[in-house]
Amino acid sequence: MDWLTVFQNSLTQMIGVSAIIYCLAALGLNIQFGYTGLLNFGQAGFAAIGAYAIAVTVATLGWPLWLALLFGILGAIIFALLLGIPTLRLRADYLAIVTIAAAEIIRQVARSVSLNDYLGGSDGISGKYAADWYALNPLPVGIDTALIRFSRNDLWVVINGWTLVAIIVLLTWLLVRSPWGRVLKSIREDEDAVRSLGKNVYLYKMQALTLGGVIGAFAGVIFAVAAQSVQPDNYSTTLTFFAYAVLILGGAARVFGPVVGSMIFWFLLVFVGQALNNAVKAGYISSSILRPDQVGQVQFMLVGLGLMALMIFRPQGIFGDKKELALDER
Amino acid sequence: MSDSPAAPSRTKASGVKAALASVSPVPGAPKPDAIFVGDSITRSFGGLAAVDVSHLEVQRGSITALIGPNGAGKTTFFNVITGFDPPNTGTWSFEGSSLAGTPAYKVAREGMIRTFQLTKVLNKLTVLENMRLGAQGQSGESLFRALIPAIWRKQEDEITERALGMLEQFNLFHVKDEFAGSLSGGQRKLLEMARAMMSNPSMLMLDEPMAGVNPALTQSLLEHIKELRETGITIFFVEHDMDMVRDISDWVIVMAQGSIIAEGPPADVMRNPAVIDAYLGAHHDVALTESGESLTDTSVSLTKSEES
Repeated sequence: MDWLTVFQNSLTQMIGVSAIIYCLAALGLNIQFGYTGLLNFGQAGFAAIGAYAIAVTVATLGWPLWLALLFGILGAIIFALLLGIPTLRLRADYLAIVTIAAAEIIRQVARSVSLNDYLGGSDGISGKYAADWYALNPLPVGIDTALIRFSRNDLWVVINGWTLVAIIVLLTWLLVRSPWGRVLKSIREDEDAVRSLGKNVYLYKMQALTLGGVIGAFAGVIFAVAAQSVQPDNYSTTLTFFAYAVLILGGAARVFGPVVGSMIFWFLLVFVGQALNNAVKAGYISSSILRPDQVGQVQFMLVGLGLMALMIFRPQGIFGDKKELALDER
Repeated sequence: MSDSPAAPSRTKASGVKAALASVSPVPGAPKPDAIFVGDSITRSFGGLAAVDVSHLEVQRGSITALIGPNGAGKTTFFNVITGFDPPNTGTWSFEGSSLAGTPAYKVAREGMIRTFQLTKVLNKLTVLENMRLGAQGQSGESLFRALIPAIWRKQEDEITERALGMLEQFNLFHVKDEFAGSLSGGQRKLLEMARAMMSNPSMLMLDEPMAGVNPALTQSLLEHIKELRETGITIFFVEHDMDMVRDISDWVIVMAQGSIIAEGPPADVMRNPAVIDAYLGAHHDVALTESGESLTDTSVSLTKSEES
């Protein structure tokens, strides 16, 4: 059994493209859910908008990438407004219902046969639409060490991705310690109290939903650029719920929660999968117990168990404050 | 009653009392200097008319109590005039500007700040952060300016200083860094009131400020309310604790079944038969036995003759 490869793969994925994508999606959710208490279950929809905005405009219309990026941001803002205008005046659960449905609508529209010519149906859109951006890569080669291994292109994505994460973390940090952030946290606690103190709660909720949605769209942009393709089924509700898992693992309403949560989540997921695979191949686990094609399912069961254990023994997440959580039980 | 020895010298209080002395104690009585005027405000839930107030005025600078039995519509009335609940009909104005149909946050910006019957402190924020939230016109509360601390830092320091002073006044200074959710019920009431004061209200509306507060703290709360009035603030409050109403209010408005049934200085109102009936039922002093007739005293026969 090749433990070195297992570790190499796990560590690579820990800081790899997937970790960046889920970190970005969770950073957006952190502003919406962690700080403002908005239950956005449609983060996959925002990511899909970011991804498709890039794919469609660059691959089909031949726009430059930066313009496509602006288009993606604009799309996310419009989506947030569409979701927010009817629901943000209502109770929190309505937003949850509307967002989860809206994200599914986006996915179903993207894979619809009638829009096949524009959005590529269930196959999505592939192409070298980020070729110009990859051409900017100054790195001569990738990296190949005992611990991590990235191809030249992946390394370029990873460096830029984490830089983007760092910028968003910095912005979040600046915002949540400002009076604006204080209003958001207060809305999470009791929006009527905030209203009674002369703050326009609706406006703040809209700002939080939009800002978190734009960050979620960046997750889709990175996904599309890294894979050089978009497929509608990558933006199913699974993406949203993984992002929630990442957020809660790291600790909601903590600036670094999504970053660390995403790293731990992907390390665990890949490590468990690879370890099981290797163990089955090497015969440590008899195929009467676990066949190689069952590893994928068992991998998620074990990670799920691990997350459950975390919620039982450390419900506040890695960075959370148990004292804060205890207030809910009073 | 107002001359209790514990009370500080009250110049504003005596001025208000003098102004209210000439007001006739009838429901909907006009006041010489009204800060709040409401007309034909109704709110019904299904077939139930929760609020049906034809006319109401609140004297500027006064401590006005709104009392009434459970279900009289006091809290609903508060909710309606502060924009938390839409009325079916009605107009009302505060400091001369109409507020009907104005959203709650704009009502608050006009200077009408309310507290809630079930205290709403922000559990996972510290006491000091709760206080800071109360301040109005904060430039750092805008999304883009929030990113540049240099813009709001100075204002934040001023707000903090004011908040600390206020916490000292309300005996909460020692818990300023605790989570608000860890405070006792009475401390939460104090915090909510102090936070409302951070907004520099011209009328403070307290919904049952004494509910769930232990008697030792009640006394200090009462003192706070009296001190607030001395700063020129009008106080309009809902309360069930009659001792408190008698002790601090200049004027009492009584609601029953949605409408105002009586008004007047506390001592007069509490002797008003309509008020006693509203609280205890029209036949409260009639014995429940068949032989009740034989037990009737003069007051009961008086009530009965009024009804027939």
